[in-house]
Amino acid sequence: MSIRLKPYLQLAPLTLVLLLFVAMPLVFVVIVSFFHTEGFDTVAAFSLENYASVLGAKLTLMLYLKMAKYAVLTWFFCTVIGFFIAYFLVFHVRNRTVAIGLFLLCTVPFWTSNVIRMISWLPMLGQEGVVNSALMAVGAIDSPLRFLLYSDFAVVLAYVHLFTIFMIVPVFNAMSRIDRNLFEAALDAGAGRLQTLLLVVLPLTKSGIALGSIFVVTLVMGDFYVVKVMSGGRAASVVSAMFDDISTMLFPHAAASAVILLAVLTALIALVGRFIDVRHELVASK
Amino acid sequence: MSEDTKPADSGRRAVLKTAALGIAAAAVPISGFPQIMKREIKDITLRHIGVSYAVQRAIGEQASKDLGFKIEMQNLDTSASITRFVTQPNSVDIADMEGWQVKVAMARGILQGIDSQKIKEFDGILPIFTQGVYEGRKVSRQGISPYETMYTDGPAAGKILEGQQRWLTFLPQVFNADSIGYRPDKVGREVTEWKDLIDPKFKGRAAILDIPNIGIMDAAQALESRGDLVYGNKGNMTRKEIDTTIAALIELKKQGHFRASWSTFEQSVELMASGEVFIQSMWSPAVTAVLEKGIPCIYAPVGIKPNGKEGYRGWCNGMGLMKHLTGKKLEAAYEYLNWYYSGWQGAYVARHGYYSPVPRTAKAHMTPSEFDYWYMGKPAAEAIRSSHGQPIGAVGSVRDGGSLAQRFSNIACWNTVMDENQYMVQRWNEFKAA
Repeated sequence: MSIRLKPYLQLAPLTLVLLLFVAMPLVFVVIVSFFHTEGFDTVAAFSLENYASVLGAKLTLMLYLKMAKYAVLTWFFCTVIGFFIAYFLVFHVRNRTVAIGLFLLCTVPFWTSNVIRMISWLPMLGQEGVVNSALMAVGAIDSPLRFLLYSDFAVVLAYVHLFTIFMIVPVFNAMSRIDRNLFEAALDAGAGRLQTLLLVVLPLTKSGIALGSIFVVTLVMGDFYVVKVMSGGRAASVVSAMFDDISTMLFPHAAASAVILLAVLTALIALVGRFIDVRHELVASK
Repeated sequence: MSEDTKPADSGRRAVLKTAALGIAAAAVPISGFPQIMKREIKDITLRHIGVSYAVQRAIGEQASKDLGFKIEMQNLDTSASITRFVTQPNSVDIADMEGWQVKVAMARGILQGIDSQKIKEFDGILPIFTQGVYEGRKVSRQGISPYETMYTDGPAAGKILEGQQRWLTFLPQVFNADSIGYRPDKVGREVTEWKDLIDPKFKGRAAILDIPNIGIMDAAQALESRGDLVYGNKGNMTRKEIDTTIAALIELKKQGHFRASWSTFEQSVELMASGEVFIQSMWSPAVTAVLEKGIPCIYAPVGIKPNGKEGYRGWCNGMGLMKHLTGKKLEAAYEYLNWYYSGWQGAYVARHGYYSPVPRTAKAHMTPSEFDYWYMGKPAAEAIRSSHGQPIGAVGSVRDGGSLAQRFSNIACWNTVMDENQYMVQRWNEFKAA
């Protein structure tokens, strides 16, 4: 009896926390998404009007397409940059301590807030900013490049800057577990450096990349502040549209939108889950 | 201090006199309030909650000093504050609201009526608020005017009533008119009409306010000014009017007209100061903030023209008493409301370009030249400094937009939330996503 109860008791605190702070709020959001808005009042009801409104709107499609564009671009750059940084740290830096030191160095920018790191791009990219001034000074351009700021370019740049670390960490973790003997084996089998990278390292870090992708993509999809600031308010995101709803008390509509976003994200993660075993990735170390 | 004080005192008196005149009479003690027993009130804390431009820390600190109990100022953005008032009414004592938020709060029954007879300076409030008229003109009713939402039926604040009553839903505390701001050095001519905001000459150099319910009114002002259409009520559009407005905005965006849109005070200052934008929707103190950086910026005087076009978009924040306030705490709240109208706050907010609904007490807390500059629109008799002490107006300069009377007899519409709000927000986001 007590033997059987023990694991449940051990699980209880975490389960309780998750139920209270994750499941409960979600349940409320789902409930409210069926409510009805009347003037400024939210009326308890069971109505599908919010879902009809969100799913029927051209806006939703526009927002999701925009989000997909940002997510794909950000994911691509984060993956390429993250992969090679991790590769360098794990395989090129011989000294383990130095590697860990450099790895920690990657996290230094994260000691300041996201907001500061993002806003510091403004004086960099503005028309009288560092980049434009420098290019003008060396005579590369005659008039400032205005696409640098308040554009999709600026948004993706900020995302990549903010989120690459979330790719570096799981990839670094996956690479650290690769048996070094495999390199010798690959060399013996006649593989070149590129072939080893593509045929040995890449497949073995696949799960790390997948894990990092989940982080990066969900962060992009849940963001509204970066889009707001870096696009100069010229682009909207799924979440920023929710924010506009909430600012005038349209809770049910925002809730329906949130439930749909959650469903999309869950589907995406489930899809990624088919390729990797997250539990294995997190638990099984060597 | 009586007139026949000993001669030895006269030196001190002279010093006091000079000091009082010199420092804008900022130190004049608040008198005439029935101070409740210090011992009983010193433990009271009142939480005054609202947006940062209306609920200011410095004002709370001064009030705490003058009143002897603690005023705690808490800032949330517009949406977060109304959400808090509605969902956690007991965590708020004084709710700072705009007209539309009063409508929300009244619908939820979270306010109590304010007894106008307990407000000392009630008869000093400008008729804009109390009667809906000003300078002999009826104040515009487009959007949600403060007059429209100000009165209620009794201490229980059951519903909003039209026309003067004893009981109030909220007490107006700070207000202003929003307009267009522009860089005179880049624009090169005077701007007095909203259509300049969408003038192709400023392609890629214009920005619009991105708070949907008021941003769309700025767009409507511009379209009406250009002659595209005449709105029935810019503050409460029909679906068709919303569609026309959004279509025009998307068209402008596709042409690359808007460099950005902004949703916070700081963003608007940054856009203007960095030279990214030459003309945009703007708030008066944001213009002041650009001037403080030593960059020329003008708050466009868009008074109503003889043909009835143009005009400012007005807004007003006021304080509502939450239903749970009773006894000593309620008394303290009334003292606080009366303190607000006693002049210090009116002088303080004037120095960054806002107004108090009771100018006559603010006057006593400002130097005559300050009052003439900020409230009367007269040329500065001495250098004008902002509330941060930065010089922002040279001797002889005149405040943009003129006097309080010139601005407020020229209001075209008030900040609002429309009946078709949900539809409008969705369409506005289509403009953003386009």
